[in-house]
Amino acid sequence: MQRATLNRMTPYAFMAPAAIVMVIALLYPLLYMVWGSFRDWNPAQTIGETEFVGFKNYITLFYDPAFRESLSVTLRFAVIVVSVEMVIGVGLALLLDRNIRGMSVLRTLFILPMMIAPVVVGLMWRYMYHPTVGTFNRWLKSIGLEGVDWLGQNALMSVIIADIWQWTPFIFILALAALQSLPRSALEAARIDGATPWQQIWHIKIPLMMPVLIVTCLLRLIDAFKVLEVILVMTEGGPGLSTEILALRISRTATEFRELGVAAAMSNYLLILLLILTAAMFAYTKIQEAREARIRAAAEEDM
Amino acid sequence: MPTIRLDNLVKRYGAVEVLHGIDLSMEENEFTVLVGPSGCGKSTTLRMIAGLETVSDGEIYINDKPVSHLEPKERDLAMVFQDYALYPHMNVAKNMSFALRLERRPKAEIDQKVREVAEVLGLTPYLHRKPGELSGGQRQRVAMGRALTRDSATFLFDEPLSNLDAKLRGQMRAELALMRQRVHKNMIYVTHDQIEAMTLADRIVVMHGGYIQQQGTPEELFKRPVNKFVAGFLGTPPMNFLDADIVERDGTVWVTGKGFELALDGEHADAVRAHRAKQITVGIRPSDLSFDPDAANENSFELRVIVSEYIGAQSVLMCDCGGQQVVVELKSETPIPLGETLRFSVNPAGVHLFDKESENAI
Repeated sequence: MQRATLNRMTPYAFMAPAAIVMVIALLYPLLYMVWGSFRDWNPAQTIGETEFVGFKNYITLFYDPAFRESLSVTLRFAVIVVSVEMVIGVGLALLLDRNIRGMSVLRTLFILPMMIAPVVVGLMWRYMYHPTVGTFNRWLKSIGLEGVDWLGQNALMSVIIADIWQWTPFIFILALAALQSLPRSALEAARIDGATPWQQIWHIKIPLMMPVLIVTCLLRLIDAFKVLEVILVMTEGGPGLSTEILALRISRTATEFRELGVAAAMSNYLLILLLILTAAMFAYTKIQEAREARIRAAAEEDM
Repeated sequence: MPTIRLDNLVKRYGAVEVLHGIDLSMEENEFTVLVGPSGCGKSTTLRMIAGLETVSDGEIYINDKPVSHLEPKERDLAMVFQDYALYPHMNVAKNMSFALRLERRPKAEIDQKVREVAEVLGLTPYLHRKPGELSGGQRQRVAMGRALTRDSATFLFDEPLSNLDAKLRGQMRAELALMRQRVHKNMIYVTHDQIEAMTLADRIVVMHGGYIQQQGTPEELFKRPVNKFVAGFLGTPPMNFLDADIVERDGTVWVTGKGFELALDGEHADAVRAHRAKQITVGIRPSDLSFDPDAANENSFELRVIVSEYIGAQSVLMCDCGGQQVVVELKSETPIPLGETLRFSVNPAGVHLFDKESENAI
């Protein structure tokens, strides 16, 4: 009996170290945050000295126009950057999936932006966007156009452009990898079947790449909701609240406003949002599969 | 209906030439099989006809129209691939109707066509399944179905049966032969399997090293191979080859080698005299040897039986003849003791002679 029990326990024993690290590094801070979000907590206090306030922090936030604005900025930012990045990234991959001389150099160049530290990216773009000495306005003026108020009136658009510049390569390399692993013969069959290059893309390449694209899109969305450094360096959330994304607001609530409980509650809102997003993506795939299975079953019953 | 003609077709990859000027004509509705070992250029030839590979030199004519600059879809052909090349995200019906849907044919017409072909191939119960949910044989049928729905003038097959297990391959081969009788189209079929080539072809084209070695009906190639390669490639078990010298004595031409001596009949003797060859290779198919203890010396050999492989009605004997291996195929009823040296007679019509240097038939 003992031997059998030991055998059964072996996998758990092997998993234990990883599980312990997970609990300490992931679960503990997470639960700490959830617990903290129910308390009125000033950074000067230890968590034991704080007062339990129930859902007050969540309710306050829900009616807080600044938080709502920040949430809406985050949503707009994430949706726009991810959609544009997906289109450009997949488009580039489709264009560059061929054997031309120098293509490997070109591919490497394309993924350079992703390798630069976000803070550096932020600084770089901040100087390029500078109203008088920045590259963009100097160039615009040199061809006789008005300068653009990049980080003022158009701040959200400007940070969106910078993010697109930095993260399109991520989608590009994953899409390219997906493309190159497609079954060559299926594409040849499509050519014989008379598909034009466009039709091959729409009917064969994109649908076959879909599983990879969905995961890529999800990863980018999660990342976009958490973006911080580039925007912090470029605009610090301004002017006004126009680029104050949630991550920035959370950090300011904790450091400037000294309200740890509220900051924790805000983080939880973000976490819930991301969880819903992820669950929705998986649910979508499952529903699709179930629908197909149902159609098939119905069709086969008819016979 | 078009006929297909290859005119001095050349394929190069960089500096390497893999096809050295292929000339070939296929008659209307002919079933042509390109056969040869791996790397002989048969698949490349097919893919050039399909338009999947560019033509380095020469021209392909379909119905006397040069097509080498045309896209595959403009050549009016359908193709079955070795790995089936089904679209994994589409169900069977969608796979089969893809080409028709691209042409924007009316939906009713597409449905009707798919139903017809599915009925013929026994795919009706699976129309709503995806390729991933089908067995190898069923996928093979879908690939065939996709080609049939197209109604193209020409069908290309690139080793369509080689991914199937032996039993299924035999069955699909028979079904292909049946389909061949119903569907009157130009068919070009690539295989490395000489049994497929022999059973299906109207015309076999044997390729080796980027050259056509010989073309003709299966019977022509089997009975009158032009060189040692073709002789050895077609037929199982393969032909026996023995090195020998030509000796003329008392008006009879003899081939003599280690451990054997055969007298040639008149036709062979004339050919050898005309050729003036001294050193030759004798080819004898295993089925042209038979166990005959009373055979006359001039058309029989003594062979020492080493191994006997029982394969049902037939047995294959591996024998030794002066250090060279000779294979004999016999009815299994003949009792053969292992290790004994026995006398086997040679069917005189089954003797093939090849020049030892050029390996061409004499």
